[in-house]
Amino acid sequence: MGDLAKRWNGAELRALIRDNEVHRAVYTDPEIFNLEMARLFRASWAYVGHASQVPNAGDYFTTTVGAEPVVIVRRGDGGISVLINRCSHKGVRLVSEGSGNLGKFIRCPYHAWTFGTDGALQNIPLREGYDGTGFDAAEARLGLARAGAVEVYREFVFCRLNDEGIRFNDYFGESLSTLDNMVDRAPAGRLEVAGGVLRYMHQCNWKMLAENQTDTCHPMVAHESSAGTTVRIWNEQPEGTPKPMAVEQFAPFASSYKFFDNMGIRIWPNGHGHTGVSDSIHAAYSPIPGYHEAMVAAYGEERTRHILGEVRHNTVYFPNIMVKGPIQTLRVFRPLAADRTLVESWTFRLVGAPDLLFERTCMYNRLINSPASIVGHDDLEVYERAQQGLQTGFRDWVNVGRLFQTGEGTANAEVVRGTSEAQMRNQFRAWLRFMAPPQELAP
Amino acid sequence: MTVASDAFELERALHAFVVREARLLDDMQLDEWEALFADDGHYWLPASVGASDPLREAAHLYDDRLLRQVHIERLRSAHAHSQQSPGRSHHLLQSPEVLEANEADNCYRLRTSFVYTELRGGRTVSLPGVAHHRLRRSSAGFLIVLKRVDLLHAAEPLPAIEFYI
Repeated sequence: MGDLAKRWNGAELRALIRDNEVHRAVYTDPEIFNLEMARLFRASWAYVGHASQVPNAGDYFTTTVGAEPVVIVRRGDGGISVLINRCSHKGVRLVSEGSGNLGKFIRCPYHAWTFGTDGALQNIPLREGYDGTGFDAAEARLGLARAGAVEVYREFVFCRLNDEGIRFNDYFGESLSTLDNMVDRAPAGRLEVAGGVLRYMHQCNWKMLAENQTDTCHPMVAHESSAGTTVRIWNEQPEGTPKPMAVEQFAPFASSYKFFDNMGIRIWPNGHGHTGVSDSIHAAYSPIPGYHEAMVAAYGEERTRHILGEVRHNTVYFPNIMVKGPIQTLRVFRPLAADRTLVESWTFRLVGAPDLLFERTCMYNRLINSPASIVGHDDLEVYERAQQGLQTGFRDWVNVGRLFQTGEGTANAEVVRGTSEAQMRNQFRAWLRFMAPPQELAP
Repeated sequence: MTVASDAFELERALHAFVVREARLLDDMQLDEWEALFADDGHYWLPASVGASDPLREAAHLYDDRLLRQVHIERLRSAHAHSQQSPGRSHHLLQSPEVLEANEADNCYRLRTSFVYTELRGGRTVSLPGVAHHRLRRSSAGFLIVLKRVDLLHAAEPLPAIEFYI
C-alpha cells in the first residue's frame, strides 16, 4: 500500500475533482477503488444495520464496511459490537454470511479459538503450547480487530473503522433529522427491521448509486417506460375505480421537471443531503385508516402535523446508504469492485402503526427496488452503460455542474433548487476530505 | 371412458398447460400468456426460501392483472431502455408433477422443476427453480390462480430479471 499511498496524495486526488466535473478514474480505476476501501470507508462513518436485527444476547449478522467483513453482535451487557470477521489465529472467517445466534462466545471452526462477543481472546485449546513462544507480543493475542468506534443512534448502528477520527455527531450533524423523522413516524417511537431484504447486483461503481438518489432530471426520462406506462394504463381504467397502491407508488416517477425543481434539495456537510424539502413523490399517498389516530394518541395533533409534514424523498448518508423516511425503506450500497456494487434494500415496520402501512412499505420495495422492478431495470441499464462508456480514453470528465454556484457548500443546511446537482458535488467534497492520506486527514 | 383414462387425460391436459405457458413466455406471446391468469390471479416471485406471505415478506414480484399488464406493455415501449438490446428467454422444464387434482373443489396444483435462462445485451443469466401452479378450471380451460416461482437463488444477490420466469 506504500506505493499506492505515495502516488495518491491529497494533491493528486484534488486534481480529479473540479467544481463542475470529476475525472472518470474515480468510477473506473481499481487503484482508486482500493484507496476508497483503505481510506474513505475507514475514516468515515458507515451504517451497518439496525439494533432490531440483534435483539437478544448472542444475536449477530454479517455485512461489509468497504472491503472489510464485519460481524455485528449483541453482547451480554446489552451493547453492540462491530468486529472484523477474521480469526486472530490463521485468518478464518469466523461466521459465514448471514445471521443467527452465536451464544456467549465466538468459536472458530478450525482450531476452536474462542472469543468473547467483545472480540477479546478467551481461550485456546492446549494453550500451554504457546508458552515461551513470544505469544504475548504476537498479534494473535489481541483477539478480534474491531471497529474503532460504534454509535447506535435511535437504534441505527453506525461504525467508524479507524481508531481515531471524526466524531459521530460532527460527521452527521443535522442530517440525523431524517432518521429522527422516520422513527417519529412510529406511534410507539420505534422501528423494526422486518420482511427481509432485496439484494440486487449492479455492474457499476457504487458512487453512481449514491449520485442517482438526488438525480431529479432522470426519472421522467429513464422511467418513462415504467411510470409512463402505468399512468397510461391507469387512465384507461373505468371511471370511479379506486386508485391502486401500486399506481400511487409508480406514477410520481413520471412527475415533471417543475415538480422536482420546486421540491428542493438540502445539503449538509460531509456529503449528506436530501431531495424533497417542500414536496416529494411520497407526499400524496392515500391516508391509511387508523394511522393518524394512532399518531395523535401518541404525539398530539400539533406534533403529529409536524412529523407527517416532513415528506423527505431521498436522504443520502455518505458514503453508504440512502433513506426514505416517509415510506420506511433504506438502501445500502456495498462496494465490491470499481465496477460492481451490491445494493441491499431493507424495509422497516413502524411499531404501533396499522399493518397496512408495512404492506405499503413492502410493496414499494418490491415495485421499485427488486431485481425484477421495471423501474430498476432502466436505472441499472444507464448505470451499466455509464460504467462501460467511461472506459473510453477519448473523454476524461463526468459533468456534475448543473446549477453550480460559486461558494456553494459553505453554509450548513443549504437549500437549493431540486434539479441542482449540488448534492452530488457535496458528495465529492466529502470524498476528497475522507480520501486524504492519513497524515493529511483533518480531524 | 374408465376412471383411469379420465385421470390420465386430466394429467396430460395439466402437463400440456404448464408446457404451453412456458412456451408462450419464450415466444414472447405475452398477451396470450397473461390471458391464462384468472381475474384474481397472481404471479409471485419470492425473495426468500420458504416464503409464506407475499405482502409482508420481501418478494421480487407479486403481480396482479394490472401489474402484469404494465410489465408487458412496458416491454413494448420504445423507451424501455434496458430492452433496446432486446432480451430473450428460455425455459427448460422437467416433467410437471401433479400434486392435486380436486375436481370437486376446482383446485389443481402442479410442481415443475426448471432452469430459466435470460439473455440480454450479451449477458446470460441462468436460474434454476421450482414453479408451483395453482389452477382452476373454467369454461375457457384452465386458469392460473397463483403461479409461484421458487428460485434456488431467491435470497441471493441477483442481476436484473426482465421477463416473467
